[in-house]
Amino acid sequence: MTLAEIRTRLAGLEGRAYWRSLEELSDTPEFRDYLHREFPAQASEFTDPAGRRQFLKLMGASLALAGVSACTRQPEEKIIPYVRQPEEIVPGRPLFYATAMPLGGFGYPLLAENHMGRPTKLEGNPEHPASLGGTDLFGQTSVLGLYDPDRSRTIVNDGEVRTWSAFVSAMQAAMLSRRPIKGQGLRLLTGPITSPSLIEQIQKLLGSMPEAKWHQWDAVFGARQGGAPATMPLYHFDKADVVLALDADFLGCGAGVVRYSKDFASRRRITTPEGQVNRLYVVEPVTTITGAKADHRLAIKARDVHAFAAALASALGAAGAPAASAPAEIAQWLAAAAADLKANRGRSVVVAGDTQPAAVHALARAMNDALGNVGATVTYHAPLAASPADGTASISELAADMHAGKVDVLLILGGNPVFTAPADLKFADALKKVSLRAHLDLYFDETADLCHWHIPETHFLESWGDVRSFDGTVSLIQPLVSPLYDGHSAIEVFAVMNGTPGQTAMDLVRDYWTRAFSSQTTPAWPVRTADGKTYANADTFWRHALHDGFIASTTTLMSSANAPGATSAQPAGSASARAAPAQAPAPTMTGMEILFRPDPNVLDGRFANNGWLQELPKPLSKVAWDNVAYISPKTAEFHGIPIARSGNRSNDVIEISYQGRQVRLPVWVLPGTADDVVVVHFGYGRRRSGRIGTGIGVDTFGLRSSKAPWFDGGAEIRRTGDTYLVTSTQNHFAMEGRNPVRAVDAAEYRKDPKIVEGLGHEAPPKTLTLYPVYEYNNHKWGMSIDLNACTGCGVCIAACVAENNIAVVGKEQVDRNREMHWLRVDTYYEGDPAAPSGIYHQPVPCQQCETAPCEVVCPVAATVHNDEGLNDMVYNRCVGTRYCSNNCPYKVRRFNFLLYSDYTTPEFMAQRNPDVTIRSRGVMEKCTYCVQRISHARIDSKTSGEPIKDGQIKTACEQACPADAIVFGDLNDPQSRVVKLKQQERNYGLLEDLNTRPRTSYLAVVRNQNPELKKT
Amino acid sequence: MSQIFPRSANALARASLASVLGLILVGGWIVFTLMRSSWVTKQHEFVEQPVQFSHAHHVGGVGLDCRYCHTSVEKSSFAGIPPTKTGMNCHSQLWTNAAILEPVRASFRNDTPLSWTRVHDLPDFVYFNHQIHVRQGVGCATCHGNVDKMPLMYQAQPLLMEWCLDCHRAPEKYLRPREQVFNMAYQPPRGDTPVEFGGERYTSQQALGLALKKEYNISGIAHMTSCSVCHR
Repeated sequence: MTLAEIRTRLAGLEGRAYWRSLEELSDTPEFRDYLHREFPAQASEFTDPAGRRQFLKLMGASLALAGVSACTRQPEEKIIPYVRQPEEIVPGRPLFYATAMPLGGFGYPLLAENHMGRPTKLEGNPEHPASLGGTDLFGQTSVLGLYDPDRSRTIVNDGEVRTWSAFVSAMQAAMLSRRPIKGQGLRLLTGPITSPSLIEQIQKLLGSMPEAKWHQWDAVFGARQGGAPATMPLYHFDKADVVLALDADFLGCGAGVVRYSKDFASRRRITTPEGQVNRLYVVEPVTTITGAKADHRLAIKARDVHAFAAALASALGAAGAPAASAPAEIAQWLAAAAADLKANRGRSVVVAGDTQPAAVHALARAMNDALGNVGATVTYHAPLAASPADGTASISELAADMHAGKVDVLLILGGNPVFTAPADLKFADALKKVSLRAHLDLYFDETADLCHWHIPETHFLESWGDVRSFDGTVSLIQPLVSPLYDGHSAIEVFAVMNGTPGQTAMDLVRDYWTRAFSSQTTPAWPVRTADGKTYANADTFWRHALHDGFIASTTTLMSSANAPGATSAQPAGSASARAAPAQAPAPTMTGMEILFRPDPNVLDGRFANNGWLQELPKPLSKVAWDNVAYISPKTAEFHGIPIARSGNRSNDVIEISYQGRQVRLPVWVLPGTADDVVVVHFGYGRRRSGRIGTGIGVDTFGLRSSKAPWFDGGAEIRRTGDTYLVTSTQNHFAMEGRNPVRAVDAAEYRKDPKIVEGLGHEAPPKTLTLYPVYEYNNHKWGMSIDLNACTGCGVCIAACVAENNIAVVGKEQVDRNREMHWLRVDTYYEGDPAAPSGIYHQPVPCQQCETAPCEVVCPVAATVHNDEGLNDMVYNRCVGTRYCSNNCPYKVRRFNFLLYSDYTTPEFMAQRNPDVTIRSRGVMEKCTYCVQRISHARIDSKTSGEPIKDGQIKTACEQACPADAIVFGDLNDPQSRVVKLKQQERNYGLLEDLNTRPRTSYLAVVRNQNPELKKT
Repeated sequence: MSQIFPRSANALARASLASVLGLILVGGWIVFTLMRSSWVTKQHEFVEQPVQFSHAHHVGGVGLDCRYCHTSVEKSSFAGIPPTKTGMNCHSQLWTNAAILEPVRASFRNDTPLSWTRVHDLPDFVYFNHQIHVRQGVGCATCHGNVDKMPLMYQAQPLLMEWCLDCHRAPEKYLRPREQVFNMAYQPPRGDTPVEFGGERYTSQQALGLALKKEYNISGIAHMTSCSVCHR
C-alpha cells in the first residue's frame, strides 16, 4: 500500500483517528489475521517435532498422575544464620543505602535495596536534586549487570590468569622506566570523568609525569561533532512556558534526563481546565522521546538545524546572529515560533542538542541571551568533566600518535574503544603498535582481546567512589556488596601508578573528603549541611554524606537560578561564547543524510549483555533485540521499500553505503523522520560480549567516522531484496479502534471541560450489573496515569521487571507475543504518516477491574477479587487454561508458555526480589499493583497503629517514573492524590463502555498548540 | 438366538459398576488421607540438626524468653535463627568443654555459620509473616506447640492451607492477649481458670477472642481469606 492510499484511507475516517503503526493503517488481510488471534503467530499451537499422538499420550499420563504430584514431600531447606549478626540487619527486612551510578562521567543518584547483603532493586534518591526519586532506564536495569554471569572474573595477562600483585609489579616497573623521561609515551584513555577523587589521582600522575597525556572517549557522551560548546547549560523547565528544542532529546537521553523530565512534566500535569500547559517546539531529524511530546514538531535534516537556528536567531534579533532566512516551507513555522518565544521573554528557553556542533550551541545561547532567559530558565556554567571536553578530537589525537609509534604504554580505564572508536581511526590496528596495553572493564570484550593486561572492574554496586551529577552535586558511591569477583576500580589502578599500591578505593575516597573537610583539596569544596551548618568533624561529615548519598552544599548550580545575580556568575568563557555565532557554519553537506544515534537501550553496546534492556521495547518503534535503520515513509516510497510490513513480521534489508563502506541493516519506516535521512543506531553486533549480547544485531560503528560522528551527507541506500525478522511489540495486544488515548487542545478543554468524556463511548450506569454490589470499606486501591506527563520512556517497564522477578524470554518468544512484561507502553500516532500531528504514549498495566472479566471464566478460581479491590492472581492455583487472558479486553495478562524463569544460574538467584514468587511454566501472571509493597505497608501500619499515609505505598512503576505520571493510592481516602486526580474532568477509564469498572484510569493529553500553526 | 450372558451376569455388571465407583472413592480417600498424613506434612517428625538443641532445656528448664534468640519475631516476617554468637554468649562460660557443643564452638572459631534444617517449612509461594501474628495475639505455642516440652524440635501442626484458614476464618478461636503471646504456660480461659483482659474476666475463649479481635482491630473474614494476604 502506498502513502497516497494510506492518506485516502485516513481522510475517509470519521472523527479523530489514532493509529499505532503503518501496518494498522494499511489494514491488509494478513495484518487483520495477525491481530485477531489472541496469541498470534501460532503461539498456542504445538509445533514440537514430537507430534500430536505422543503429545496426547504424555498429556493423558500427566493428567492421570497429576493428583500424585500433590503428595510429594517438600525438599529439605536449610537456614544459615550469621556467626556474628551485624547490628543493623533484621532478617527478612531490606535495608536501603544511598549510592550513585556513574554513566558517561555523570552520576545518577540511587537508593539501593539490600536484602541481607544482596542488592536487589535500585530506586532514585528522593532527596537528591538530580533524581527527586525518579530513575532512568539504566538506573533500573544496572542491578542485573552486577549479577551478570559473563562479567570478567580474573586478571588476565596474555591469556594467562594472574594475580593483582603481579599486575601491580608490572605497572610499577613500567612507571619506573617512564619517570625519568617524564612519562613520555604514557597515555591514559578514559571516559568523561567528574569524580573529584579520581581527578586528583589523575592530576597527581600527570603532575609527576608531565609528558604523559590523558585522552577521553565515550561513543555516546562527550563525542563531539564541530567542537565542544564552551559552557554547559542547565535548564529549568519548570519555569519555562515555551521550550524550543534544536535536535535536543532532553527528555530521552543524557545525564539530566530524570530531573528534566520531572521539571518538564510539572508543567504538563494540570489540575484544572484553567491550568497552564507549557508549549514545546521541537526541530529534529528523527522522532525522539522529546519530539513525541512536542506540540509542534518540525522534521528537518540534522545539517539544516544550524541554518534554522541562525534564521531563528536573526528573527529574534540575537546579538551576533548572521543574517539568515529560512526556506519558504518552514518560514511560517519559524515565524510563529519566534513570535511565541518573543512573547514569552524570560519564560522561554532554547535548547541545543549534544549531537549538534558548538556553533548551534552558541546560537542557542545567543537566543537565550536575547530573550532574557539566562538566569531565569537557563543558567550557563563551566563544563563539569575534567577530561578533554571533545572526545572525538581526543581519540583522533591518540589514534594518530599510536599510528606514529609515539605511544609505549596505554591504559584503557573503562570503555571498549576497539569496538566503539570511529572507523576511520583504525583504532585496533593502531593499538597493536603500543608495547604495553592494559584494560580495565566489567567485561572481557573486544578491547580486552587486544590488550596485554585485562583487569576486571568492580561494578558500581561493589566499589567506593564519588561522582558529580549533571547539576554539579557531588554524590558518593558506596558498595552494597563486596566484589563478587577479583575486581578493582579505576582509582585503585591510579593509586598503583602513583606509587601508592595497597590503598583501597575506600581509603582513597574517604581520605580525599577528609582533606576536603579541612579545605586541603583543589578545588576547595564547600562542606556544609543542607541548611548551611558546619559539621563537628570530618567523620560526622563523611557519615552524613554517605547516609544522604551526596554532599548537600555542592548542590549550587541548580539552585543558583533562584539566587540574585545568577547571570553575573557566568564562567569567564562567556564572552567568547557570545561571539561564537559569527563562526562559519559546518561545511556544507550534500546528498542523503546519515544520522548516527546510540541505541536507546544498550547505548554503545556497553549494556548489550543485559537481558532486561535487550527485551525492553525501544521507544516509538518498539523493536526489541535488534537495531534497525529508520527512514521516513516518503524516503521508503522513493526507494521502493514497502512502508508497511506484511502482517507483523519480516523487514526489508537495505544496504547503506557511506564513504565507501557498506552495512546491511533491516529497515524500519518511522513516521515523523525527516525525508532523505537514514538513521543508524550503533551498539549492536558485539563480537565479544556474553551469552546475550554477542552476535545479535548489526555493528554500524564501521560507518561512523571521526569527522562526522553524528551526522553527515553522502549516504546511499539500496534495497537488497533480502528480508530479516525484526521483532516489535508495537502491534501486540492491540485494542482496535476504541479510542484508547484521548487528546484535547488546551483552549478547547478550557472552554468545555466535558470534551474528554465525549471522546469515548458512554459508560453504562453503575447499577447495570448482575452481581451484588460490593462495599469496599477498608482500603480501595486505585491508580491514575497522566498521559500528558508520560514521555513513553519505558522506565516503568524496567522497574516492574526488576521488582516483580519478570523473566526474559528472548527474541523468538517475543516475536510470538510471549513477552512477559506486566506493563506495556502503547504508542499512538495521529494524522499523516509522513508528519504525524500528534504522538501519544499510554502505559497499560492490569486495570484491576472491579467487575473483572477474567475472574468469571477461571475454572479453578485462580484469579479472584480481594476485599481491597485488587484482582488477585494465585499462581499456585493456576492450571494454565488461559481463559482469563482470552477474556481480558485490555490484554494485560501474560502466560508462561515455557519455563522462562532462570532457576539454575546461581548469580541471578541473588538478584531476585524475595517478596515475589518466581513463576514457573504453565502459569498466568499479571500486574498486582505491587501487592507485596501493599502487604508490607499494611502489616507495619497494623503493628505501629499508624494509618497508611497517602504516598507511603508506591508501586515500582510509580516510584521509578521520571515524569511522576503514575500515582497510586487509596480511593477511600478523600484527601489522597489519586482521588483528586480522578476528579479531574480529563479523567477517563479505558474501555469503560464494557462495564469493567477499571481501577486504573487515565488523564487525557492536553496539548497547547499555537493557534497560528494549528491545522484546522 | 439364545442369550450370550446368563441372568446372573447382571449382578456381575452391577457389582463391577459399584466397584468402579468404590475404587474411585477409595482412591480419592487415599489421596485425601495421604495429603494430610504426617508423611507428607512432616508433622511430628524429628529432624537431624548439626547440634541437637533442646528447647525443653532452654525454654522449659532455663526459662529463656523466645525473643532472646528469635530476635526479629516482632519486627519482621522472619523470626530469626540466632547467630552462633548468641549461643556463645552463655556457652563461652557454661559447658565450655561439652562435646555436644563442639559444632557451635567450631563455628565461632572458624567463622563458618551453622547450617540448620528448616523444621517449619512453608511452600515458597506462601508469604507468612511472624510480625503481624505475634502483634495480633497469636501465641507462639498456638502454631509451634509447647516447645518448652520438646527436647528435640518437631513440627507440631500440619501447616496445611486448611489449617491456616481455620484460624483466618475465625481467629477468635485462638487469640490470646498480647502479653501472653510468648507465655508457654498460658491456658485458654475456662470456667474455673478465667483470663483477664482489659479489666474484664473472660471464662470462655469465644468471648475473649471476640473482645481481642475488636480491640486489636483484626480484619474480617473477607480480608483474612483474600488470596493476596498470603500469596503473591
